Amino acid sequence: MATPPNSQETRNAASPAASPPRPGVARYVSGSAAQALLVPVLAVFVGLLLGGVVIAATDAGVAAVFRAFSADPGGVFRAIWQAVVKGYGALFYGSIGSPREMLDGYRIYLETGDNKALLKAIYPFTESLTTATPYIFAGLAVALGFRCGLFNIGAEGQFFIGALGAAFVGYSISGLPAFLHLPLALLGGALAGAVWGAVPGYLKARFGAHEVVNTIMMNWIAFRLSDWLLTGPMQAAGFRPVTPNIKMTAALPRFFEDPLRFNWGFILALVMAYVVYWLLFKTTIGFEIRAVGANPDGAKYAGINVVRNFVLVMTLSGALAGLAGTAQVLGVDHWVGQGFSAGYGFDSIALALLGKSHPLGVVLAALLFGFLRSGATRMQSLAGIPIDIISIIQGLVIIFVAAPALIRWLFRIPVPTAEETVLTRGWGK
Amino acid sequence: MPPVLELRNITKAFPGVLANDHINLDLNEGEIHCLLGENGAGKTTLMNILYGLYKPDEGEIYVRGKKAEIHDPNDAIALGIGMVHQHFMLVPVMTVTENVMLGVEEKRYGLFLDRAKVAARIRELSQLYGLEVDPNRYIKDLPVGIQQRVEIIKVLYRQADILILDEPTAVLTPQEVEGLFKVLRSLVAKGKSIIFITHKLKEVMALADRITVLRNGRTVGTVTPSEVTPEKLAAMMVGREVNLVVSKQEAHPTEPALEVKDLYVADERGNLAVRGVSFDVRLGEILGIAGVQGNGQTELVYALTGLLPIQAGKVRILGQPIRSTSPRAILERGVAHVPEDRQRHGLILSFPIHDNFVLCTYFWPLFARGLRLQEKAIYENAQKLVEQFDVRTPSIFVPASSLSGGNQQKVIVAREFSRPIRLLIASQPTRGLDVGSIEYIHNRILEKRDQGTAILLVSSELDEIMALSDRIAVMYRGQIVDIVPAAQATKESIGLLMAGIHPDEAMKAAPTRPGEVERVF
Amino acid sequence: MAAETLSLPATEAAQRKRLLIGALLIALGLGMILLFLPDSEAEQTAKFGMNLVGSAAIKIPDLVVPVQASLYILSLVVVFVGAFHMARGVRSSGALFGIVALAFVGAFLVWATKGKSFSLIGMLSSSLVRATPIALAALCGVISERAAVVNIGIEGIMLISAQAAVVAATVTKSLGLGMLIGILMGGLIAAIHAFLVIRFKVDQIVSGVAINIFAAGITSFISSKYLQEQGDLLNNSGTFPIIQIPLLSRIPILGPIFFENNIVVYLMMLIVIVMHIVLYYTPWGLRTRAVGEHPKAADTLGVNVFFVRYVNVIVGGMIAGLGGVYFTLGSVGRFDEIMTAGKGFIGLAAMISGNWNPIGAFLASLIFGFADSLQVKMQILATPIPWQFLAMAPYLITMVVLTGVIGRAIPPAADGQPYEKQ
Repeated sequence: MATPPNSQETRNAASPAASPPRPGVARYVSGSAAQALLVPVLAVFVGLLLGGVVIAATDAGVAAVFRAFSADPGGVFRAIWQAVVKGYGALFYGSIGSPREMLDGYRIYLETGDNKALLKAIYPFTESLTTATPYIFAGLAVALGFRCGLFNIGAEGQFFIGALGAAFVGYSISGLPAFLHLPLALLGGALAGAVWGAVPGYLKARFGAHEVVNTIMMNWIAFRLSDWLLTGPMQAAGFRPVTPNIKMTAALPRFFEDPLRFNWGFILALVMAYVVYWLLFKTTIGFEIRAVGANPDGAKYAGINVVRNFVLVMTLSGALAGLAGTAQVLGVDHWVGQGFSAGYGFDSIALALLGKSHPLGVVLAALLFGFLRSGATRMQSLAGIPIDIISIIQGLVIIFVAAPALIRWLFRIPVPTAEETVLTRGWGK
Repeated sequence: MPPVLELRNITKAFPGVLANDHINLDLNEGEIHCLLGENGAGKTTLMNILYGLYKPDEGEIYVRGKKAEIHDPNDAIALGIGMVHQHFMLVPVMTVTENVMLGVEEKRYGLFLDRAKVAARIRELSQLYGLEVDPNRYIKDLPVGIQQRVEIIKVLYRQADILILDEPTAVLTPQEVEGLFKVLRSLVAKGKSIIFITHKLKEVMALADRITVLRNGRTVGTVTPSEVTPEKLAAMMVGREVNLVVSKQEAHPTEPALEVKDLYVADERGNLAVRGVSFDVRLGEILGIAGVQGNGQTELVYALTGLLPIQAGKVRILGQPIRSTSPRAILERGVAHVPEDRQRHGLILSFPIHDNFVLCTYFWPLFARGLRLQEKAIYENAQKLVEQFDVRTPSIFVPASSLSGGNQQKVIVAREFSRPIRLLIASQPTRGLDVGSIEYIHNRILEKRDQGTAILLVSSELDEIMALSDRIAVMYRGQIVDIVPAAQATKESIGLLMAGIHPDEAMKAAPTRPGEVERVF
Repeated sequence: MAAETLSLPATEAAQRKRLLIGALLIALGLGMILLFLPDSEAEQTAKFGMNLVGSAAIKIPDLVVPVQASLYILSLVVVFVGAFHMARGVRSSGALFGIVALAFVGAFLVWATKGKSFSLIGMLSSSLVRATPIALAALCGVISERAAVVNIGIEGIMLISAQAAVVAATVTKSLGLGMLIGILMGGLIAAIHAFLVIRFKVDQIVSGVAINIFAAGITSFISSKYLQEQGDLLNNSGTFPIIQIPLLSRIPILGPIFFENNIVVYLMMLIVIVMHIVLYYTPWGLRTRAVGEHPKAADTLGVNVFFVRYVNVIVGGMIAGLGGVYFTLGSVGRFDEIMTAGKGFIGLAAMISGNWNPIGAFLASLIFGFADSLQVKMQILATPIPWQFLAMAPYLITMVVLTGVIGRAIPPAADGQPYEKQ
């Protein structure tokens, strides 16, 4: 071998001795772990900041003082500050609760053995975890798709159909013991979601039809279908368009007594996150999925069946989204009504992006969103801020997470060495 | 009189590479000035700076004695500079007229395109310089040779008098190269000045008035053809004495490893690209497939490796017919494939190097137990191959995208050559690489042949085909025009075949001595 | 490579596919007889209204057809087409499916109308109206994607524009001003999209999705915070009046369909024509197409790729903004949450099946508008099919269109890819 003529080679000519593999997660994120976290954290920060602007701009108190801006400019800023603090304060209190009440409750419990005060104090916190549960499933669904280069916008419909499937198994079968009925109901929900995801997956694999439009279309079809089911075949007795309650043998057990709804669904979600992690990074199946996602032509060259992976991943993704709906039905609501899925489909995209399509990241992002959503209900009643503020913040967060260049530009962060991954490629062939 | 164009101290750095390091170059009126250097020497970067596509970090440009600021192609065009790019800058779904007028549209009523007027002007230019082309044809329907004429017309239409041609002969047959040279000489005779970028010594010797050699981003020197020999130029270009000759042993072919009969293949758009091709490759020989790029070689290789379906015909590998077109089924017969587009097919750029080494074999019992990947075995395999094939990388955990082109190709070669293989299909294995890497890969290919592997070598570099092959098949418009023993082939006879013309028996030159074929970079 | 697109003697697979499709069509034709005929009576007729109430058009007699004879004829048409395809093969799959779809829909209408009367012109005229937002979304897609920027946020743009327009119109008491605000709002959101994907190279689909989420959030936020309580002050604009074009509106059939509409519908048709001329006959169109196919080539000729993309995406956003205006000022005069109901996405499907050209996109939108209008009218006719299933029709058609069995479309070569100017 001759002397390397290329200066880049000279630069790299340092002995190819291996640095040991970085453990676990860090190996799969670009740059260092801190760098990987930086953009999402800043994105959430900017999202909340701009959300604060919306809160202030629409606050009646601020508007009132604003008319007298020239007289008392300081008052305006005070009013803005108050509005934002009131809003986000309610959000915090609604999502986590009051630390003081928790301590008090714990003391009472220790002293008297009465756990009522403690349960009341941890109610907001457990409620946030309960809210986060379907987010974890749905976020995993979209993240899995991203890893294979697929954009599943249809988690909404898969969620809904999954919920209906689980509810059907839950109420129509009676007399089974819980250890059979519950898994059966979970399976029913996962299967229903899987079918809903598999259709766009198949259409993509067979015809190259873009999954983004098709999953959206499947959402609308799911809504029409559920509308029919809930006013017809699956309607409970009475006039309300809801399903009958599931049998308690199919319910996910709860950890505490009512009204705390925190249940085994959360644990199941964490287990599923680990399973997805293992599948993606430790198995040949995951190797194939990631290869297809990173470079479908390269994967085909390597003998990987690209279209089979499309169908497989969309099916699994649909199953995960279906499980999100299932966990909500079997763990929390115990029945399904119209408009049951409150924007999980779009939220899950934000989750996957925020979590960089890594199961651990998704879990963290889902917890964040669970807390936001759960707190927002409180914020609506306490501060009169519509719950839709969360969607606004989410939309902003997605933009900032997807535009690391924008965040870097805003905060003057230098460009990292590794390239970001490309998620989508136009309309396919 | 000052030179038409003068570049002084041009410097341009990319992350990690100093592409141009204080380069000086001047061009006189009516001159053909060749810019010679191997791949990665900085020729294209320099010309892109001149054309306003890159911004130099340092240095000045003087046009006709005046200092020029060139920020974008518009400035360059306004100064009379025109460029014919290595990869054609033509919109395939538009007509010749539309491509030529793009950016400087003639208008009717101040609003609508005046296609007729532009077409008339194109016909004038065609006649003036002998560049025949039909203005109303779509680019996608034209052969590459004609496309190049359109590129030259585009430049002339903008009234450029300084022409830059970047590796223009890569897509031409030897006879077409002669035709191009004739056009270029007529252009300088009419007062144009030309910078001609190439890495081919013979072209430089035949065409240049002066030659400037670049190496590693620096000017090595400027000479005239009469002062130098090809050997001296090669040394200037590479920085050491280079062996212009590939030495190889006589081939000892045995049984056929690949038999192809009446093969038809359609390209990705559904057009028939391979039309009734038949040949075979035997163990222990190299069959080279020559031809101007875009004559069906790509689709032929894709079909043989399972990337495109076979429309009709029969293919047998090691005696067994292949019906299923799955790349894995073919791979498992002992076929290795060095793909022509290494970034599209050969590597998953975002994957670490160790995963790229097992891209085709990750499921082997060695690397996966059941579903579980065996990371330790994968790392050990990578470590071994990095050492064995001299891949220059900081570690096996960096993504493949961080390697230089030559080292990326070595990763592919290492992966494909380290399996037990009987048939190697190598497509453009050295395209875009530096001389050191080319030598290395050539030697490895010959080594494989001598070990008894059958090799199908596809290359649009005629010199590479002539240097390595034992037999040469020439493809033209999806068909094989002829298959000739390498010993009987001359550049001229192969060149005619590449244009689809059967040379008369009389034109076949006397056999050269086997074992010594000139390699020209 | 040469131009020749020689084809092999039909391969076995193609042969089998042709026979299969032919057989399926014959089965469909026979199925139609079994499906539609049994519950009709021999002397029954179906009456199709050919006039529109209040229309300026010259009255013509209504169309009355015998049910059974019509069903037989239409079913046999399908059988014949299937047999012909089996025997000889129909070259244009578009024509094949077009004839079959027409016959099937015709038979369906005759069956649903038997013994009753049904305003055919009413349905066709409402098809055009319902096609309007879809076509505007599709046109937005065409102009952006011809410059290689995918805009999947059209749905969100329409939603924001719809709300902005109705609020502006209600507050200023001027529909014209409301429309202007709606259009400008569309341009603004598209400008943000363009800025994100061109300047910051955000993934184009992700940016579009973010716009959709943001739009759903902000419009619902404003709606529940202000519009619901102060609906009369903020969310009650009235709608554009119907304008009858003199003379043209008097033509029977065509008049009521095309020349008695509100301004949004006319503007939509105007944009179709103007966009076609701009794309294929002007320098701007040439540059746009070049930028969408081979941006680098355009760049080396001094065309400012980024500028072309910005302008096209923003103009597209304004067109989508007009689409948003349709939902409020052009239709019901007030804003409801998520009222666009996926029309933006259906518009993208229309763009694809219209092969990224304005006239094709318009024609495809008409088909979607027809399906939409049909399902509404069928609810009125009270057919035994649950309305929810009829309401799925536009979504199902979109999915079928995307499979490309009705003819494959080729997107601009650089569609969806950011341009790196080194």
